[in-house]
Amino acid sequence: MKNAWPILTVVISLLAIWYAGAVWMNAQWVRDQAARAGTTVTVSQLFIGTMNLDRPVLPAPHQVVMELWKTVVDTSITSKRSLVYHAWVTLSATLLGFAIGTTAGVLLAVGIVHNRAMDMSVMPWAIASQTIPILAIAPMVIVVMSAIGITGIVPKAMISAYLSFFPVVVGMVKGLRSPDAMQTDLLRTYNASATQTLWRLRWPASMPYFFTSLKVGVAAALVGAIVGELPTGAVAGLGARLLAGSYYGQTVQIWSALVMAALVAAALVGIIGVVQRATLKRMGMSR
Amino acid sequence: MNWLILALVVWLGGWWANVWLSHSARAGTRGVRLLVPAIFGLSLLVIWQGLVRGLNVPQVILPAPSDIAVKMSESLPILREDFLQTFVKGALSGYVMGCGAAVLTAVAIDRSVFLQRGLLPVGNFVAALPIVGIAPIFVMWFGFDWQSKAAVVVVMVYFPVLVNTVEGLRASEAMQRDLMATWGASYWQSLFKLRLPAAMPFIFNGLKIATTLALIGAIVAEFFGSPIRGMGFRISTEVGRMNLDMVWAEIAVAALAGSAFYGVVAVIEKAVTFWHPSQRV
Repeated sequence: MKNAWPILTVVISLLAIWYAGAVWMNAQWVRDQAARAGTTVTVSQLFIGTMNLDRPVLPAPHQVVMELWKTVVDTSITSKRSLVYHAWVTLSATLLGFAIGTTAGVLLAVGIVHNRAMDMSVMPWAIASQTIPILAIAPMVIVVMSAIGITGIVPKAMISAYLSFFPVVVGMVKGLRSPDAMQTDLLRTYNASATQTLWRLRWPASMPYFFTSLKVGVAAALVGAIVGELPTGAVAGLGARLLAGSYYGQTVQIWSALVMAALVAAALVGIIGVVQRATLKRMGMSR
Repeated sequence: MNWLILALVVWLGGWWANVWLSHSARAGTRGVRLLVPAIFGLSLLVIWQGLVRGLNVPQVILPAPSDIAVKMSESLPILREDFLQTFVKGALSGYVMGCGAAVLTAVAIDRSVFLQRGLLPVGNFVAALPIVGIAPIFVMWFGFDWQSKAAVVVVMVYFPVLVNTVEGLRASEAMQRDLMATWGASYWQSLFKLRLPAAMPFIFNGLKIATTLALIGAIVAEFFGSPIRGMGFRISTEVGRMNLDMVWAEIAVAALAGSAFYGVVAVIEKAVTFWHPSQRV
């Protein structure tokens, strides 16, 4: 816990910068209002005014927290005003896509490790695909799938799956190849089949790589689901909240959706981290 | 029907060729290493073409590669304009500013272990967040034009580069630092002559991750509002008009630009970190 103080200091100073920024960026609006009313503002009035605008340029942190409280705690989760409802819409697509993408990625990685032709043909493309802004195809996937009658959670999940697929493939190929020559030779002297080598050596050895790529993949999947919600128009989900907020200038709503997305991302990565630590500890691989 | 047979033949032929090539005696040579993925990619394209033509897939669902190529050659001026708007103005300027700011920050907090301990976990945390979400906010602040896209890119590339640079500045070994100390080198001398060069592999790792992020940030930010040019704008509007060949053309340009950007950074890395074991092949 020796890092607790430094982290706390950094977080507090970030919040202080945020407050200062809110005063600075909203000051113009407050002054304009006062000028229109034919009055002048004192410094303290300016400060209070910038903190409590309806549609501030930059909402103060406490406004975002209040909006979050209002939409998370005070609203029933079945209501369309509830941020929990929207977060669940996004989260369900993320998890479905993440599961599909991870499974497909692991299967392809196993294929690549066992089949030389597949390795040489697919692997360069899998690596090259990481330099391509795949997210750009999201609007097309959504629109085309709705044109052939597939709507709802599946198109978003496809984008999430696609985004989490490649990091998992690349990470798992590295992981499945991580046992060194001595270990694979040992299994050969035991006359182990490829399947036995996979289950008894390669798969356990790949676990650290597996969890690392899961963390990358789940973050990518969440971004994919959020962006996937943009082109359908603002229907439901965190991406829709962002878009609706930007249409109607509801900055507080944008920021609260953003904070919610950050919390969801942190929770997903955190859960994987906990599972990782527990698993690696049981396997005797923790550092 | 002929198209379907062609697709089948190319599929089996490409498969057979790759299996044969990868088990042949020359499998390790450079030529074969390039040839195998090339055959794979080309046969994918031909199979795509064959399936689309053979099954009469409508253009609004999936255009054939030949349609996309024709569209690309027809609309070069538009593609060029979009490329300039999104890549050069949005992504590249944001990339330079963000990476520059990140490296400078890393050097600035280099002397303070306290700040490093605080900033590194926060930076790692932020790097996992869906930062593209700030796009609508920045579009409100900086307007529809490329400035808001560059701002999104700055924030997206900042944290990966910062974390990698801070890590890199710790990479020099104690013995090397002691040697600098015995020579009476000042802090800045030891920074510029030893620690920054030693950090270069790490910095370039961050810079390479940031290339893709920069392009993603610039494109996605355009979904939230942009002037009537730019790759993200073109993609979202042409999708709405069901001109999927144009969308695919933009995606092809984005893919080429992304790979080329990454390639350029990788080439610079090779020139700068020629001494590193991973470059000595």
